[in-house]
Amino acid sequence: MSAKKENQGIVDKIWNFFSSITLAVVIFALISVTSIVGTIIEQQAEPERNIKLLSKFVGESFAPNAYRILDVLGFTSMYDSWWFLSLLFIFSANIVICSIDRLPKIMKVVKEPIKPLSSEILNTMPIKKETLLKKKGEEAEKEVVSALKKIGFKPIIRQENPAGGLQICAEKGKYSRLGVYVTHFSILLILLGAVVGIFFGFNAYLPLLEGTSSAVAYQREGKKEIPLGFEVRCDDFNTSFYENTDTPKAFVSWLTVIENGKEILKKEINVNTPLRHKGITFYQSNYGFSPSKDSLFKFDVTSSFGQKQSVAVKFGESFVFPATNIAAKVIDFSPALGQDQSGKLYTYAEMMNNPAVLLEFSEDGKPKYNQWILTRYPQTWRVPDGIIEFKDLWGAQYTGLQVRKDPGVWLVYLGSLIMSIGLYAALFMSHSRVWLNLSGDKAGTKIAIAASVNKNKAAFEQKIEKLLGGLHG
Amino acid sequence: MDSSQFFGISSIAYIIAMVTYITYLVFKSSTVGVIATTITVIGFGSQTIAFFMRWKEFLDIGQMGIMRAVPLTNLYESLIFFVWCIILVYLIIEFKYKNRSFGAFVTPIAGMALAFIDISGMSKDIHPLIPALQSNWLLAHVTLSFIAYATFAIAFATGIMYLAVTTDNKKSGAYIFWTVTSGIFMTILIAMGIDFLAFKIIAKSPEAFIKSYMFKATFRSSSGMVVLLSYIGSAAFLFFVWRYGYLLKKLIESFSISKELLDDLTYKNIAIGFPVFTLGGLIFGAIWADQAWGRYWSWDPKETWSLITWFVYAFYLHARFLRGWRGHKITIVAVIGFIATLFTYLGVNLLLSGLHAYGGA
Repeated sequence: MSAKKENQGIVDKIWNFFSSITLAVVIFALISVTSIVGTIIEQQAEPERNIKLLSKFVGESFAPNAYRILDVLGFTSMYDSWWFLSLLFIFSANIVICSIDRLPKIMKVVKEPIKPLSSEILNTMPIKKETLLKKKGEEAEKEVVSALKKIGFKPIIRQENPAGGLQICAEKGKYSRLGVYVTHFSILLILLGAVVGIFFGFNAYLPLLEGTSSAVAYQREGKKEIPLGFEVRCDDFNTSFYENTDTPKAFVSWLTVIENGKEILKKEINVNTPLRHKGITFYQSNYGFSPSKDSLFKFDVTSSFGQKQSVAVKFGESFVFPATNIAAKVIDFSPALGQDQSGKLYTYAEMMNNPAVLLEFSEDGKPKYNQWILTRYPQTWRVPDGIIEFKDLWGAQYTGLQVRKDPGVWLVYLGSLIMSIGLYAALFMSHSRVWLNLSGDKAGTKIAIAASVNKNKAAFEQKIEKLLGGLHG
Repeated sequence: MDSSQFFGISSIAYIIAMVTYITYLVFKSSTVGVIATTITVIGFGSQTIAFFMRWKEFLDIGQMGIMRAVPLTNLYESLIFFVWCIILVYLIIEFKYKNRSFGAFVTPIAGMALAFIDISGMSKDIHPLIPALQSNWLLAHVTLSFIAYATFAIAFATGIMYLAVTTDNKKSGAYIFWTVTSGIFMTILIAMGIDFLAFKIIAKSPEAFIKSYMFKATFRSSSGMVVLLSYIGSAAFLFFVWRYGYLLKKLIESFSISKELLDDLTYKNIAIGFPVFTLGGLIFGAIWADQAWGRYWSWDPKETWSLITWFVYAFYLHARFLRGWRGHKITIVAVIGFIATLFTYLGVNLLLSGLHAYGGA
């Protein structure tokens, strides 16, 4: 690369600059150091949070100014700032240009098949070994070829030496030399996938109350509406907990896709299983609780005669035990009812961890008794006139869906796959070449081995030892 | 017997193995060497049993299916697994290179990790999986990441040994670098030990312990006097390590570990760790993030730090292959790589916040 330093044109200079490893190192370092700052400064956060953080480093009086400086420089939202994207761009340019710069040379090595060489050249090879084979002539040659095949060298070239004797040569893994470039190419593919995602995709948010639907999602910043092209409805949302704990086990939404008024797809989604439809993916992201007077209390009611019925009522409304004149009215509600040590009831969480209702029972309009029904404790479901299971307060929770369209994601996946292959070739495979000079002797055949490998020399030497071992027999 | 007892046996075995390997290094008796290896193998076997027992216990509690019950969901379990990987890689090296001397340098890393578990007072309970972690990618992503971390840790150990063997001049940059780096490592561990002794009684919950009490008994104490003493103490300690670090060279040299072997081991561990880290840590992590969060890359601190770590090791490979860097320069890069790894693994969880927060509890 640095062969002709003089008379370089400006284009050459730029080319050399972009193809240099020095630039790669500088870019690695710049991306790393700025990223470190980005992991300390909370990204896209409320200014107060970062000012509080900064006051630990620079003192309280200077913290607001420090924040303003960082904000102007783009550090508060640095991963999409112009200078960080420029760094990524220069990084890509560096990869492209250094690959173009080196590839022809490597391609020449890869394309050119191995040739028999003179013993002067072979003497300069890094690995040299000698052995004596008892067999002679064709038999010896056969044995050498089979020993070579045993250690993986298949296409074998043979040539009679003008000075007598025979040279056999073979090579293996020459395409592994391309591993580095395959890896570089895969990085470009992944970055390209990211760019496609940024320009042709979107990332949005959609809160859906149980029972409601929407044909648009909302961009997180600016609340811009993004049409989906179809309607999505939340039929239900539920959090389940590990037995007798408040550790959530699953956040589940039941979604329905509606096109032109027709329900065409129903799916139960949770945190690790999203819904995909027409290139748009819906992820379970968060949830919330906002009950209204239209929310429905759902019960399974069993009378003392064993008749069972499902009912749904609003707050303040009544339902009756099947085939009786005993009625129950919802007069109080708690999303998470617990009991303190003295036995007093209290609400311990804002979300529906253990929803409970207070029912007022009456017979022919005359009040009989009141009882709390707690979802989590079956012993509270039994009342003097039957069993009441509190199933759900429906239409009170909303599911928070992350909505994403990313037409570039397959490029990222493809890039990842190619990267794995490239790294494997680049680090675990090597290009090895071996030349064997066979010359007849009184006792048998003298074999002189010369070999070279572009990396992992120790492992290759072991292979050559194996080859020698195979020839002793 | 339950898993915690087998973990107990393995911890004790590793600590005894550490002492035995060092004894072996000093007295060079092959009997002691065989004993050291035997104890390590017993510890490793016991830990393997414990790992699978905990898996079973987790399966019974979580009812999530066998793929999702892998006990790798909090800091305690991950550290234990990290130790397991290190010992595994070490045993492979001992077997392949027929050289036991590394045991004296690798088992202390395992011992330090186990000591860190106890002195930081972290939670050892089994917690059922929160929804975000309920994925089959958990197994692939976490195990491969830790195998990579373990190879990087070994590369760090051989790297430090390489620097110790090849530096004579106490004023040379490489000597100062390796003594100060190892000194800071030990200082941090000692400081955390002091935290533990000072705050064990008042720590209400083990989860909150590390985050809220780290260095509170020393560098971040409310008393200025203690802070001053801590800094003076650590400076004195660093000076001590710098002053007497050359003794390590004598020790390693007396054991016919060549610097070529150390350099080769450093390279090999990185050459294996780097693609494993790329695949398991970055690629599988991205695929999982894509499925769970709807973004394959979101510049979360853990992701960013993995990328930084990846850059450091990518630099190591480029400098070695393209520039032919050898000796001190390249080894220092390997050591820095592990510092970045440690920050990715522990620093991010203990010091920063983000999506990967569950690793810290």
